[in-house]
Order: sequence, then C-alpha cells, then structure tokens
Amino acid sequence: MQHKVIDMQNVVIRFAGDSGDGMQLTGTLFADASALYGNEISTFPDYPSEIRAPQGTVSGVSGFQVHIGSGEVNTPGDFCDVLVAMNPAALKANAKWTKPTATIIIDMDAFDEAGIKRAGYATLDPFAELKIEDRNIIASPITTLTQESLKESGLDNRSILRSKNMFTLGMCFFLFNRSLDHTYEYLEKKFKKKPQLIDANKKVLFDGFNYASNIHAIPNTYMVQPAPQEKGVYRNINGNQATAWGLMAAAEKSGIPLFCGSYPITPATGILEELAIHKNLGVKTMQAEDEIAGICTAIGAAYAGNFAVTTTSGPGVSLKSEAMGLAMITELPLVIVDVQRGGPSTGIPTKTEQTDLAQALYGRNGECPIAVMAAHSPSHCFDAAFYAGKYAMEHMMPVILLTEGFLGNGSEPWKIPSMKDYPEIHPPVIDSCEGPYKPYHRDSETFVRKWALPGKAGLEHRVGGLEKNPDGVISSDPINHEKMCAARAEKVARMTNFIPEQEVIGADRADVLVVGWGGTFGHLYTAVQQMQSEGKSVALAHFDYINPLPKNTAEVFARYKKILVCELNSGQFVDYLRAKLPDFKYLQYNKVQGQPFIVKEIVDAVNNIL
Amino acid sequence: MAYTAQDFKSNQEVRWCPGCGDHAVLASIHRALPEVCEALGYTKERIVFVSGIGCSSRLPYYMNTFGFHGIHGRATAISTGMKVANPNLSIWQATGDGDALAIGGNHFIHAIRRNIDINIILFNNQIYGLTKGQYSPTSKLGMITKTSPYGTVENPFNPGALALGAGATFFARSLDAEVKLSQDILVAAAKHDGTSVVEMLVNCVIFNDGAHAAISDRANRADRTIILHHGEPMIFGKNNDKGLVFRNRKLEVVTIGQNGITVDDLLVHDAHCKEVGIHNLLVNMKHPDYPVALGVIRNVKENTYDDNVRDQLKEVEAKSTIKCMDDLLHSGATWIVE
Repeated sequence: MQHKVIDMQNVVIRFAGDSGDGMQLTGTLFADASALYGNEISTFPDYPSEIRAPQGTVSGVSGFQVHIGSGEVNTPGDFCDVLVAMNPAALKANAKWTKPTATIIIDMDAFDEAGIKRAGYATLDPFAELKIEDRNIIASPITTLTQESLKESGLDNRSILRSKNMFTLGMCFFLFNRSLDHTYEYLEKKFKKKPQLIDANKKVLFDGFNYASNIHAIPNTYMVQPAPQEKGVYRNINGNQATAWGLMAAAEKSGIPLFCGSYPITPATGILEELAIHKNLGVKTMQAEDEIAGICTAIGAAYAGNFAVTTTSGPGVSLKSEAMGLAMITELPLVIVDVQRGGPSTGIPTKTEQTDLAQALYGRNGECPIAVMAAHSPSHCFDAAFYAGKYAMEHMMPVILLTEGFLGNGSEPWKIPSMKDYPEIHPPVIDSCEGPYKPYHRDSETFVRKWALPGKAGLEHRVGGLEKNPDGVISSDPINHEKMCAARAEKVARMTNFIPEQEVIGADRADVLVVGWGGTFGHLYTAVQQMQSEGKSVALAHFDYINPLPKNTAEVFARYKKILVCELNSGQFVDYLRAKLPDFKYLQYNKVQGQPFIVKEIVDAVNNIL
Repeated sequence: MAYTAQDFKSNQEVRWCPGCGDHAVLASIHRALPEVCEALGYTKERIVFVSGIGCSSRLPYYMNTFGFHGIHGRATAISTGMKVANPNLSIWQATGDGDALAIGGNHFIHAIRRNIDINIILFNNQIYGLTKGQYSPTSKLGMITKTSPYGTVENPFNPGALALGAGATFFARSLDAEVKLSQDILVAAAKHDGTSVVEMLVNCVIFNDGAHAAISDRANRADRTIILHHGEPMIFGKNNDKGLVFRNRKLEVVTIGQNGITVDDLLVHDAHCKEVGIHNLLVNMKHPDYPVALGVIRNVKENTYDDNVRDQLKEVEAKSTIKCMDDLLHSGATWIVE
C-alpha cells in the first residue's frame, strides 16, 4: 500500500473514552502540539458530570474535540474526520458525529462481548448496528500493546493501563505528522519528581507513534499546514484562564488589588483556581463557605477598597441575587462572572447553554437593573473581563459578565496582547471632601458616586441595603425612593455612552441580519461567512454588550430586511430586544440541548428565511 | 488624640423601643471605643461597623464611624471580606440571634473556624423583634410566640457552645444592664487577634420582656451569675461566698466555709487555656443549677486568617519571577509567528 500524505485545510478530531481514560488530557496535548506547530485551533470538551461514571457505559463517556486548521478556525467543528473511541460506549455515543469519510480508531481489546453488551448494543456488531461499517476503521489492540510496551517498566498494571491514552496520542501524532517534542516536555515537567513515569509515558507515546507508522491499516496521514497568522507571540488559552487574567489585568491597570470571593461550581471553578495561583501578583482569593458568602465577602472587600469579583455559574447566581441587589443599591464596584451551564436547577452541569440571560437581566427583587456583558470566544474572555472590571470600577456598580461552559473550557491560540495597549482605569476614589461625605451625590454626566474608603479620616459614612436619600440618610419617602430608583437605573443606562458601537460583519444592507451574543460567535460567524462566500445576502451582528445595548442598535437593525436572533436558549435575548426595541420584527432560531450550535443548522435556518 | 464616647455617637436618632436592652449595649460600645483606640493606637477612621438585618443591626447608623448595613445573615461574610481587603481596619459586627445563628449560621461558624480578626457583638434577646415576635434559634424550648402558639418544639442553640464548637478563640458574655462589664469585654475583644464573639444577653421589652430576668433581676443577679476574670478564683454571690469547683468531671457550686471549702479549693479561671474542656462547661452553665457565666470565658492566641492571607501573599510574591501582567502573559508555553 502506498502511504500518502494528504494536505488538508481543516481537520476535526474527537477523542472519546471512559471518563477515567484521560481523554481530556489527550485532547489537550494534541491541541497544544498543533497550536505550537502553528495551526489555528479550537477545542470543545464534552464530558459527563460524574467524575467516574459506571465504566464502559454511554453515560460515562468523556469526549474532547479539537479542530485544527491552516485557515481560520472559529468553532470546534461540527462533525469529525477522526474519532478515537477507547471502548464500545464511546463509539456509540459519538458515531453520529463522524463524517462519512471519517477514520475511526478503536481499542479492539475493549470490544469484547462483555464490553459491547455493557454499552447497550442490541447485537455484537457495533459498526453494522450504528451503520458506520463504511468508515475507515482502524481496530488496534491498544490495551495489549500498551501492556507490552510497558512490561519492563516496573509499573503496576493499573498504572500501565492508565497509559493507554498516551499510546493513542502517539498514534494520532503519526496520523497528523506531529512532533512528539511538546508532549515530551509536558511529561518531563509533570512528572519531575517521578522520573519512572516520565520514561514510561515517553516510551508508550513513542511506541504508539511507531506502531501507527508500521501498520499498514493507515493508508494516509494528514498534513494540516500552519495557518497564516498575524505576526506576534502566541499562546494557547482557555476561557476561564482568560477571564481570570482579564480581571487581573483590570486590577493592574486600576492599581486596585483584586479580591475574589467564590465557591466552587462547574464549569466556573477554573477561574477561582487560576486566580488562586497568582498570589505573586497580589491576588486575594477566598474559597467561601457558600455562594452567598462568595459575593458578600466580595461586597465587603469592595467597600474596603478592593476590586471585588465573584465567579460562579447559574445556580450560584440564583443564590447571590439578594446580595447583587445589595451591591447595586450600595453602588459598589463588583464583577459577577456567570459561566453558564445547562439549567434549570442542577440541570446538566457540564454542558453549555445561554439560559441565564433573563436571570442576569431581571433576577432580583425590586427595581434592580444591572449591567450585563458577554464574552464571545475563549480568548475574548480576557477583554470582556477587563472591561467588566473597568466599567464596574469607573461606574461604581455591579457588572455581570456572562461566559459559557463552552468558552470556559474551550481553548484557542491567542496573540498575546501588551498591557500598554489597554486603557487606564480610573475609579472615582476620593481622599477627602468638603464637609461631611454624602455617599449618593453623583456626577451629573455619568450619575456615578464617589468611592470613599474606610481608613480615610473625614469620610466616615454609612451605606446599606435600606433606601437612602442622596445624603445617605435612611429614607422611606415615596418621592425620594422613586428618584433614587431612577438615578440608579440611569447610571446603568448611561454606560452606553462609554461602550463601543455595535459592529456588523458583512454588508451595510442585506436581506438577513443574523443576531447573536456570547459564545455562539464562532458558529454564527462561520455560517455567515460561508453563506457570504456563496453570494448570499447575509450579515452578522454579534453583541458583547447586552445591558445597556450599544447606542446604534436600532440604527443597525433598521438596515436589514429580516432579523434572525440565534441563541442557545428558548429566546431570552430576542424577548429582551422585543421589549427594548419593539419597532422591529424579530425571527428566532433556538436550541436548548446543552450543546453548541452546528454551523449547518444555522445555514439552514438562514436559508429558510432568505 | 484622645477620643471620648461623644466622638463615636452619630447624629441619627436612635430608634429602638424605649427600654430595649440594645440602648445599654450601644452605650457600652460608645464608651469602649475611646479606650480601644487609646490601647491599640487606632484612629477613628479605621473603625467600621457592619451589620445584617434585625433590630440590633441598625447599630451602624448610630455610630459616627464607617458603617455597612448588609442583608439578613450575611454581615459575617461582609466583615470577612472587608478585613481581608484591608487588614488595617478594626471591624465590628452587630448581629442578633436570628441574624447570626439562623439565616447566617453558616457564615458565623466559618468565620470562627477561620479565626478572621473581627469582633462579633451578638445581641441575644431570644426572639425575632423586627418581624414582631417569632421564636428564634435561641428561644427556650416550649416558648409561646406568634409562630409557636402552642410552644416551640425545638431545642435552642447556646451561642457560646456553638462558637466553641466551631473553634472560637475568644468568647465572652455580658448582660445589657452590665454596661461597665460590657465595656471591659469589648476592649478585651478588640485586643484579641482573631474572631471575638461577644454574646450580649439583651431584653426585648415588647416581644420577650424578661427574657433574661431570672438572672438579670437586680435582687438575684449576684447569686445567679458569675463574672469570670482570668487568673482569679471563680467566686460569686451577693456575699462573695459561693464558688465553683471541678469534681467528678463536672463543675459544682460550693459555698465557702461549708464542708471545709476555702477559696483555695475553687477553680481559678484560665481564659488562655487552649484545652476547651472547662470553657465548654462554663459556657453551658444554666440557671437554676449553675450561675450563668459572664465575662471573658475564652481568650486564646491562634494564627488569624487575615495574617495567614497576608503572609502567604508575601511569601509567594517574593519567590516569583512574574512581577506584572506582561510577564505573566509571556510565561509558560508560547510561540512566535513571524
């Protein structure tokens, strides 16, 4: 058989196995190696909420999809070119995501009768049953080969079996002509104190690579050339890390120390974990006793003069809502990050959704508007978090930043920015004032009050959850209450004078304007771009700022014949737009499956109304 | 500059009911703070009063200091965040039995566990006053209130036992009427590094009048309470003739001069003893079997959370080569596109 190297623009590869099989790590190492090689990448972890669900069952399948390309890559890809299935359950759960031309690598050893039955197949022929016999199936005895490779390593059998993923990774590196160097380096760092494991893992990786090159079952290998990228220094970053760094960047630019009070919750925990590392930069993190303590410690820290944040997911936002009202009425800067997941209630914690928008906009008692922003890609979480911090501090108010599990756990290469390119942040901190300090006297333009920190003589004052008059004295006067509610709302509304205008990707006028927000950007952009290249009259307006909306929103909407609002919920943004800008007719496309859009469904939805 | 009580009084009208025990506690706070500032070298602007919700939580408005009136149950979390954000602040928290022990119970025990350096003044009137008379987590079993018209069927918390169980390093108790004792206790609480819990037994004239009358009535107070002083024998009683001894793993009330008992037989109070056994017995003493313990019952030195946070920040900062965001952004695996 002639071995061919095929040049490809884009390849999607999906690693799937038991949740204990190390598929997340395998996928991450593959993605990192590809990013270092210069490919554009986008990743999507798709894992169950159980740490170790029943072995070999479909509910316990953990997946990690990597999209690599020599051109622009904006999504983790819809369907895969290569599927690695470590057992019959992984094959069953993922077969539907394979392209008809896909290569499927399986661990033959796991496809015995017991394994096939455990995965719930009706017959003993999974491929026929799933109607995928025509795929290029590479059945390798991965377990046996790993055991063989490591029989002299001195490792116990359990540790040996845990290295199966490295063997598979080695095979994939051969398949995609990737160098092993990056993974070697990773292993050397990770097992610095256990040299035995470095050698064992390197060996099994290398053996996997050689095995794949020796067997003739793999007729072709694939070459995805480096993508033409802008000059600069790059790194790989996931959304949670980028969020943490963006918050830290805002702290640095404002000169105000960062305090994060949070409680662990999937899929937001990564932000707290990341912040906890950076004590070297003065970051204070507190793992609070519950979600409410998370936000309340942050509010206390804000009063005392720190840049306060609390990070959570939907259920945590529900618990924090009373305290969000407190931050709002006391007019203290606070960033609340909501890494959205499937709800309601516990819902599907590890899956992605955009179903917290209504909660972010309205989920509090009383008249309590809060600024709401959204991040649109893993690396954009950095900018989004930075500006959430800037607006919170400069406008003396809580800001909710919505990200999504899809962004938080997804990663992409990121051209490293320079801090000198970011604006200064000037919170309205005062050192003294004439006469007694009056907490709710505001700037006439921005409606922002001053930040008077305890410890400064002459600024003694009291704030709290009870309604006050502008001087800070408790008041239940009806007219005062109405005025104070209006002033607080006006302050949020006036943020629109400080945010960028809404941009449109595509022509100024077109038949359809696709409207989206948050983490669906990659899919919507790819779909719109594809349709534009086919000559279709389609444009995209993707919103990073939701409350307030950019000033020119109505003017943008007016230029398009039809508006199609696409979101991963049953219509929360479109409902908001209908209320805010009722003069337009909005069509909607929604999905509530705990999964990102696929490009094709967006294309179909737009074609349906063109 | 020497302060006077007047310096700490705000110009706001105090709105508690006439005869409410909170007035007396407020007076003791106003009197204690000049002494606190003097002893610790604080200036007034370093002091912050934080509260939750309830009658006693109005207190920050009556202080001419920085103040934060929070939401129900969360004062402890708010105080914690403030102290971590700015360890130079002297944080005082006013809270009630409902605020601290029901809705805020979680924050209360975790603040104590962490030993964050805040001073919690717990106004215990064994009733919900601001919502007009429902039972609280410290209401006595069987108490008739609006939400327990046939009597409560649940056991109350003893705040001292709860605090000690959570690892309290400082616990003291006073009576609203004992203004001087309260004042001394508050000064001791301020001097203590770590979470100080001061339980103030206060009367609610409207919804639970006489809550603590059995021990607080002037006629019986000396016989039914004992004021503990570190290093002194545990003596009490109108005639200073009663005392406490430790026998058969229990405390026992004895009379000096009877059965050959002398002052030398009495327990000597050791508030600094790390072993919590005797302190536990002391906080659990109840009328009528025992005198109720007042004064500083426990005052031990342990590392504080805020100090640990500060030390760890310094330590990690000193070791790291990453000094700013630009350093961080370029750390780890990066690659160059030319």
